[in-house]
Order: sequence, then C-alpha cells, then structure tokens
Amino acid sequence: MFKTLLRNVGDFKKSSILTPVFTSLEVLMSTFIPYVTSWIIDRGINAGDMGNVCLYGGVMLVLAFLSLWFGIQAGRNSAYASTGFAYNLRSAMYSHIQTFSFSNIDRFTTSGLITRMTTDVSNLQNSFQQILRASVRAPLTLIFSIFMCVFINWKMSLIFITAMVVLGLSLYLVISKTVKLFSQVFEKYDALNNSVQENVQAIRVVKAFVREDYENTKFRKAAESLYKLFVKTESLQAINHPMMNLVVYGCIIALSWFGAHYIVGGELTTGQLTSLFTYVMSILTSLMMLTMIFVSITMSAASGKRVVEVLDERADITSPADGGLKEVADGSVEFSDVSFSYRQGVSDEDGNITGSVTRPALQHITVKVESGETLGVIGGTGCGKSTFASMVSRLYDVHSGVVKVGGRDVRDYDVEVLRNEVSMILQNNILFSGTILENLRWGKPDATLEECRHACDLAQASEFIDQMPEGYETHIEQNGTNVSGGQRQRLCIARALLKKPKVLILDDSTSACDTSTEAKILDAFTHQVPDITKIIISQRIQSVQHADHIIVMDNGEINGFGTHDELLRSNPIYQDIYRLQIENGGDFDQKK
Amino acid sequence: MARQINIGRGPGGAHNRFGAKMTKDSWKTVRRVFGYVVRHYKFSLLVVLACIVVTSVTTLTSTLFTRTLIDDYITPMVETGSTDYAPLAQALLKLGCILAVGIVCSYLNNRLMINVGQGTLLRLRKDLFAHMEQLPIKYFDQHAHGDIMSVYTNDVDTLRQMIGSSIPMVFSSLITITVTFASMVVLSVPLTLLVLVMTLVMVFVTRKLGERSALHFRSQQQNLGKINGYIEEMLTGQKVIKTFCHERATIKQFEELNEALRSSAYNANRVANVVMPINGNLSNLIYVLAAVLGGVIALHAGGNLISFESTLTVGTLVAFLTLIKNFTQPVSHVSQQINSVINALAGADRVFTLMDAEVEKDDEATVRLVDAEEGADGELHESDHRTGVWAWKVPESDGSFHLVRQRGEVDFSGVDFSYVAEKQVLFDIDLDTEAGQKVALVGGTGAGKTTITNLINRFYDIQGGTILYDHIDIRKIHREDLRRSLGMVLQETHLFTGTVMDNIRYGKLDATDEECIAAAKLVNAHNFILGLAQGYDTPLTADGGNLSQGERQLIAIARAAVGNPPALILDEATSSIDTRTEKMVQEGMDHIMNGRSTFVIAHRLSTVRNSHIIVVMDHGRIIEQGTHEELLALQGKYYELYNGHQIA
Repeated sequence: MFKTLLRNVGDFKKSSILTPVFTSLEVLMSTFIPYVTSWIIDRGINAGDMGNVCLYGGVMLVLAFLSLWFGIQAGRNSAYASTGFAYNLRSAMYSHIQTFSFSNIDRFTTSGLITRMTTDVSNLQNSFQQILRASVRAPLTLIFSIFMCVFINWKMSLIFITAMVVLGLSLYLVISKTVKLFSQVFEKYDALNNSVQENVQAIRVVKAFVREDYENTKFRKAAESLYKLFVKTESLQAINHPMMNLVVYGCIIALSWFGAHYIVGGELTTGQLTSLFTYVMSILTSLMMLTMIFVSITMSAASGKRVVEVLDERADITSPADGGLKEVADGSVEFSDVSFSYRQGVSDEDGNITGSVTRPALQHITVKVESGETLGVIGGTGCGKSTFASMVSRLYDVHSGVVKVGGRDVRDYDVEVLRNEVSMILQNNILFSGTILENLRWGKPDATLEECRHACDLAQASEFIDQMPEGYETHIEQNGTNVSGGQRQRLCIARALLKKPKVLILDDSTSACDTSTEAKILDAFTHQVPDITKIIISQRIQSVQHADHIIVMDNGEINGFGTHDELLRSNPIYQDIYRLQIENGGDFDQKK
Repeated sequence: MARQINIGRGPGGAHNRFGAKMTKDSWKTVRRVFGYVVRHYKFSLLVVLACIVVTSVTTLTSTLFTRTLIDDYITPMVETGSTDYAPLAQALLKLGCILAVGIVCSYLNNRLMINVGQGTLLRLRKDLFAHMEQLPIKYFDQHAHGDIMSVYTNDVDTLRQMIGSSIPMVFSSLITITVTFASMVVLSVPLTLLVLVMTLVMVFVTRKLGERSALHFRSQQQNLGKINGYIEEMLTGQKVIKTFCHERATIKQFEELNEALRSSAYNANRVANVVMPINGNLSNLIYVLAAVLGGVIALHAGGNLISFESTLTVGTLVAFLTLIKNFTQPVSHVSQQINSVINALAGADRVFTLMDAEVEKDDEATVRLVDAEEGADGELHESDHRTGVWAWKVPESDGSFHLVRQRGEVDFSGVDFSYVAEKQVLFDIDLDTEAGQKVALVGGTGAGKTTITNLINRFYDIQGGTILYDHIDIRKIHREDLRRSLGMVLQETHLFTGTVMDNIRYGKLDATDEECIAAAKLVNAHNFILGLAQGYDTPLTADGGNLSQGERQLIAIARAAVGNPPALILDEATSSIDTRTEKMVQEGMDHIMNGRSTFVIAHRLSTVRNSHIIVVMDHGRIIEQGTHEELLALQGKYYELYNGHQIA
C-alpha cells in the first residue's frame, strides 16, 4: 500500500525530502536555544557580565532567526509537497478510472469512487503533511533533547528516561484503545447521519403516515447511543492530560531534589538546571505528539487502503498489443455461442469491496444480423437484453464464444475504433452540463451546426430545440434535469448518430417518448440511414414490431427469433407481452 | 489531543481556520450558544471554572518554583555550604501536594466538559431533528437536501469542536494569561511592559497572516467544490464517456481543475504553516530582549535609572524568563483559536436558522379522528379501542360534540393554489366525489395532478376556495388525523433501513406479523418477498437499493395497505419496470383500491377506464370530467389522448 502511495509523490519528491531536512534544522535550532539561555544566565547574569548577556543574546537571536527561516521553508515545502501529493493522487486515480472497463466500474460503485477521490484524498493530504513535519519534529526533538540532557548531566537524564518510558507506555495503551472506540463512534455517527438523510429524502412518507413521533423516538435512541459511546471514548482520553501532568510534575520534583544536590556538590550550575526544566517539557510534549501521529496514521490508513484499491485495479479490457484493426468493414454483427456472467463486487457499507458474486447473464447466444438490418430485442427486466447489446461494442468481454462485427472478432479491433463504429445509446440517458451543442459534439468534436441539425432532425429533436429561446446554445443542467425524459432521450440519440456509426444500438432509448414520436424516429432510421445496422432493445412491442428480426430473450437465453408476425403466432412469451401491452392496457401518459 | 480529530468528513468546516471577523450577529449567536450550554449545566460549569483556575495556579506554581528553588534553597546552601536538605524536602512535599490538587482538578475539568459538550450536542441534535420533522413540505422543496444534511454533519460538528475544545481552551488560556500577567507584574514592571508590547506585535502578525490565509482558503474551498462537482458528474456518466471514447478529453479538463485546486490549496497551507514558526520565534525574540533588559536591570540594581527595581534578583529574572513562554504560548493559541470559534459560529448560525424555521401550523383545527362504534340505535358512539370504523369528532358551539362517519368523500370548490407567490399552478378547481369512488387524474406533466393530491392531505395549504372532507373543511381537521385517514402511495418510492417486515409495518406500527403478511398478500407482494434471501426478514439497505424498482413499489403498496385506510391517494409508476412486474404492481394497486375512496394519478388505460370519475387536467385547470363513456362521447381532449395511445 505505502509503495503505491509513495509512487504518487512524483515531482514533489524534492519538497518532500526538503521538508524533513528543514524541519530537523528548525528543531536543531530551537533545541540549542534553551542551552544558550542557560549561558545567558550562567555566564552573563550570574557572572554579572553584561557583555556575555549581549553576546549570547545575539547568538540566540541568530539561532531564532535561523529557526524561523527553516521553519518557514519547512512550512512552505510541506504545503507544496502535500498538496502536490494530493494533486498527483487525484490525477492518477482519475486517469486510471478512465481506463476502467464497465466491469471495473461495476466493481466499485460510482459513489464509492467519488468518496475515494475526494474525502479519502483529503485525508491523505492532511496526514502526509503531518507526517512530513511532525513525524520528524517529534522524534528529533525527543532525540536532541535527550542528547542535550545527557550532555548536561547524564545522571539526571535517568529521570527523564524513566518518565518517558512510563508516559510512553501508558499513552500507547490509552490511545490504542481509544482509536478502536473511535472507529465505533464513526460507524454510529454515520448511521445517525444516514437516518437523518433518510428522513429528509422520505419526508413525504413520514408525513403521509404521520410518523413524526416514531421517527423522533428512533432518532433519539440513535443519538443517545452515540452520546454514550462518545462519552466513554472521551473519558478514556481525558486521562491523558492529567497523566502527562503527573509525569511532568514528578520530573520537576525529582529534578529539584537531585538538582539541588548536584549544584551544592558543584556538579551542576543553576543555569543548567533551568535548561533541564525546559528539556523535560519538550521531551514529554514530543512524546505526546508522537502518539498523535500514531493516531493520525491509523485513522488515515483506511483512506489509503481505499485509494490504493482503485490505483491497483487492473483494467480488464484493452486494445490488442499490436494496436489492433483500425477499420470496421461493414455493419454486420454475429454472435456465436456467446456466454457471459457478471462478476459483481460485494461491498460493505463503506464501499469497501469484500468479495464478489457471479450471476449468469447470457447463455449460448447465436445470432447473425446483416449490415443495414434492424434487429429488435424484447424481454423482461434482467433477461439479458442490455448485456447482449453491450457485447457488440465490447463494453464487456465474452466468457466463451465469439462476437464478430464486420466479420472480425471484436477483440481484434482497436477499442476506440470499434466503439466509434458501434454507437451505443445506454439505458441511463446522461447529458452533461453545457450547451446542447456541446453535448451533441461529444459524438463528433468538430461537427458543424448543420451536421448537428441534421442529426437532431433524424432524432426528432429539432422541433423542441428550436422552440427553446436559446436554441442550440441552451444550457443543459447537470444530469439534464432541465429537459424532460423524452427530450433527453432524443438528444442522446442525436449525439450517437453524429458519430456516423456502422452499428447503432438503442437500449430502451425511446421509452419516454410518446408513440408517434417514437414511430417517427424509427421511420427516419429506416429511410434516411438505411446502411446503419440498428439494434433496438425495448420492453415495448411497438418499438420492435417493424424490425427485420426480433429476439425474445428470457433468462439470458434466446427464447424466440423471427418477425413480429411469426413470433405472434409461435412464441408464448411474445404473445403474453403483446396481450398485456396492447389488448389490456397500454400507456395512458401524455409524454411530450 | 485526539479529541480534536475531525469527524465531519466533508470539506469546509475546520479548514478555514484563520482571519474570520466577528459581527454583531455573531455576538447574538455566541449568547445563544452559551445559553444553550449553560441552561442545563450550571453546576458543572461552575465546577469546571473553579478547576480551570486551580489548574492554572498550580501550573504557575510549578513554574515559579524554579525561582524559589534557586533563590531560597540552592543559592543559600551554596553560599553557606550547608548540607541540610530538610527544608527543601519539606518545600518539595508541599509543592507535590499542590500539584496533586492541580492534577485532580485537571482531570475533573476534562471529564466534566465531556458531559457538558456531548450532552449539549445530544440535546441540540434531538431538538434539531424534532423541529425538522415538524417543518412543512415546502421547506424541503425550497432547501437542497444536501444543505439540510450539512447542518447535521458539518455545522453540528464544528459546534462540537467549539463547545468541546475551543471554548475550554480559550477559557483556560485567558485565565493562564491573566494569572501569568499578574505574576509578571509583581516580578518586574518594566520587563512586563516590554513583553506586553512584543506580544501585541505577535497578535497583530497572526491576525494579518490569518486574513491572508483566509482568502486562499476560500478560493481553495471553491476549487474543491468545483472539482467535487466535476468528479461527481463525470463518474456518474462514466459509461457514456466510455462509449463515446471521451476519456482523453475529460482527463484534460480534469487536470485543469486539479491544478487550480492544487495551487490554491498550496497557497492556503503555505500561509497557515508559517504562523507557528513566526509565533514561536517571536517568543524567542521576546525572551532575548527580556534577558538583555533584565540583565541590565539586575546587574545595575540600585542604579540611577530604575532605583525601585533593586529587588530584581537573579532568581527573579530566571523566573520571569520562564514565565515568558507561559504567557506567549496561550496568547498565540487564543489568537489562532478565535478564528475557529468564529467559523464555528457561522455553523451555529445555520443550526439556529433551521431551528427557527416556521413549523406546520394547525391553528384552526378542532376536529379529531376517533374510533367509533355503531350502537343499536344506528347512532355512532366514540369507542376506546380499534373498531375498524372511524368517525370525525366535530365540536359544537355549545361545547358538545357530534360524530360524523369517516367515508372519504372529498370535494373541491373554487380551489386556487400556488407553490410560490405569483406563479399559480391550480386555477378554480371544482370537483365533487362520492364515498367509495375511484377518481382518476390524467393529463400531461405539469398539468397539476400531483399538486391536487398534495392538497388533500395538506402537504400544502391552499390560497383560495375550500376543500371539504366528509363535508368538513380540511383546515378544521387536525393535520395528523387528516393524514392518518388517508393511505398514500407516492410515485417515488422511499423505503427505510430495516427489514421488509419493518417497512410494511411502517403503515401501522402495532400491526402483527400476520397483518403485515396479509397486506403483502393482498397487494401481490407476498411471493416475491418469500423469494428474497431471508424472506420478510431481509434487511433493506439504503432506500431499498437491493430491490428492483417494481419490488420496492410493491412494498410501498403493502405499507399503505396494512393500515387499511378508508381513503387512498395513489400515484402510478411511470418508470420503466418490465411488463410482468408492472402487471403485479398493477394488480396490487387494483386490490387495494377496491371499495375505497381513491384518488389515483393514472398512467394506464385500464386504471383510467375503470374509474368512476375521470378528471382531465391541463395547465392547472380541469378541462373535462366524467366517466370513460361520457368523455369519449365528448370527442375532446380525452378522446384525443385515448386514441393517440391506441396502437396504429
């Protein structure tokens, strides 16, 4: 884990090394200062020598300025290094995620990836900065101070060393216990916040069922159990401070007693005693700091683990090593004995992946579509329709069998070439914030306004775009919330058409359009772009009934294959769907 | 110490640590926060205060002891060559006792503050949540859910920090500063003046740096917000990026945002990191200046310049020099803490704003819903147990009551409504229904179908006209009773964390397992529930994410069914669930509508056709109303809609 993380220090290595260097110099300076103060007292004030006071005062000032300069350099470099580290981590993760295949993305949830890139990286940035500065400062202060103590009077140093061991051990005990408790606190805290979120989102349900009091009771219970755990954890922690005081005071009393003896015995000066008092403080404070670093590293280790998980994930779909084929001959599509199952990550509440399950999605599919033909695919939720379509543009790789486009195995193509020629409109129609034109140009970056208009004509989108006050310059909000579902779908179709693909796949892409609009779109496909192979996936009979061939899918298998009329005669599932949709119900929704 | 670990994981909050300014309103907030804390912990706080004073004094004693040690014991011993350590031992023993008291007080202080801090937060959370539950739906429409959430996470958290650590720290620092300052004045006035002037310089520098850093921190927060938004949007659309081979373009855009964030974060941290070395070394400078000046005074004691300073002994000077750190350190702490306190106050402000938001009002309500029983005479009588019959208890002007059977008859007359002023969405709605009738609302998006249903259960209050429920104005009915009498299935299904059984029971808290299962059977949900890994005990994660859309809807219907409400409001799903599940959902809905007064926002022909009244809406008005046959005969909008959806 640390190796992967450290690799991302990258260009900021210089600063990352300079920070501890400057920090140690700063510590060195500030450790000398109490020693110099003892000279001021001994050789200056006690000796009644004003010259020495000024001399050592001057030395101390020089040291202070040096320490200041080193301190500023350390601060600057640590800021540069840690923010750079975070920058590199974000960049590395983002570019790495871009290489992910669909199955990689499925393994991590979207929200999981977002947390990893934001909160977890921020945590790591903070600990990195803390580690660069404090982890050097604390041990160095400790070592320097001990060294100076030994130097002044080794016998007295035994006092420190005993105190240090006692304090260090007890701090370690208390803190390792509290760290554990804190992680429980975090869990309870998250649970509490989840319940608030649930209430905010479902406030209409709460109010409709008059469950305000019930929810209050539930929340109170959760809040109280959090309170108890928090108090328990903090009470344990509250021991730290008095314990530290106990040790410090013990040291002071011991130092005074033995110090007095040594001074009287002539082994020690009063100035040196004062310095010892100062060192005892800095030794014990740095011990305190060390334990804090320990806490901080423990706490950010979880973040580190989650970031590394993303960075270490290997993209499982890549172009062939030699670059692959750069040309797709025609729009024919052929499946021969294709089987596939999803490997799904099982994650716990924090989004950590804990295992995986497989669920078969396609079984022994064999079908062939000629270039320019239209293939309809119909079936219930989870029957494998979308999976079937995903195999064509190699969004997933088959587990057995072969998928061919233009007569060649999809795995032989350069992935980018294949996906440009096989244009797929996904079930979740997503537009990005930006103008309509910008969104359309995802399909072809240099498309002219004319080309875009033409694509929109085909997708029956021109009419509503022209009605918008700003036309093609209309700004689309994030997730396309300011256009209706049907409009979003038509824009997505236009965007895909702009690629001028050889194969076009519509995955339930007209479900929110009303029947007449849908009919117009399908009609335009047949007459205006006859060369494109069309694969239309739907739950609605009327979307597929005019296709050259229709596949009825059920449980990942082909249950029926034929034209509308043939299936209506022979296929029970198709008949069932037809009866439900056309004879009994239909959709009574005015979707404009 | 580790108590300051930042629990709030979101950005913001604790980051902006420097350079905020106090305003008049912040003082108001300070008083309110203090009021909140003090009200319940008067005694604890008094003890804490006493403890802080004692702790400060003992800390000071331990520091000043150096002087006593050198001047009163060591120096005389060295001078006289005495080896009698008894007086020293006695002094140390005395010191030990004082320090022991200090330790006890320090623990007591820490321990009590935990109760005060956490207890206050517990109370705050409870109050906040209870208040939120009372807010009208309108409030949730007008505020982004993320913003409401951040009050609980970020804002309450900064308050936790403030109450738990900043305030006690500022407090004890102030006391230490005062006590130390007093001691310094006693030891030497001129030296104190010198320290005072230099400390002011230190405070000034900290503030200046703080202001600069705050600017950078703000721009860091903005850039962080931008990049978070970008990541969220792009990763949500990651699969689209893949199908359009847009990877390189998005990486390029990301790099720009990432660089902007890096550079502002660098600047913010750079300035913030400088504060500590500057303060530390300024305090070194003060030390040297004091040593030199003190040296001059001590060595020229009794001289012409400062004759009254003849008492400045070497021991005094040494003690004074030690006190300097004691003085400058808390000063630098306070000047840094002040900023985080001010930022916490901004959070406190948002907490109080939520707590001050106006709750749902129920002023005119006088009518209650009660269990009733039909007596032998055919009259209704109030009953003290569940009878399955409900009645409205309507007060008379003479103080007596009469009972009206609850039947679910809803009448609108001349109803006008707007969500926000000046944008009316319903115009002059007139609608008469009979008990037990099924009323279908049809029309396009934005026609006002959902709005009508939201008015019946008073999610919103109307601006004009009246809505009668069993001939009683709904404003006269207690809101919770009104809602209790109406079952509701919303279009967007929300389930709660808990098992399937818990979620069904939500509709009737005292329902037995058998009742819940019966409800599930009634609405067609039983079979799929049995197919789940743990049946009715299957835990549902976040909003039922482990179920399909249709399955979640079935549970929501069962939840409405278990309460056996006499009247129903249903919103049919439009989302694409597959035909077979949809059929189950449909049948579920049909079962529960049977024999009840129902308002249904209909999307399916069969539902519409079977309704007693079909209400066709357009742009907030009822344009046609009647039965299927009547409306077809009209050859109007309904006719158009109906035929438009027949398969060509």
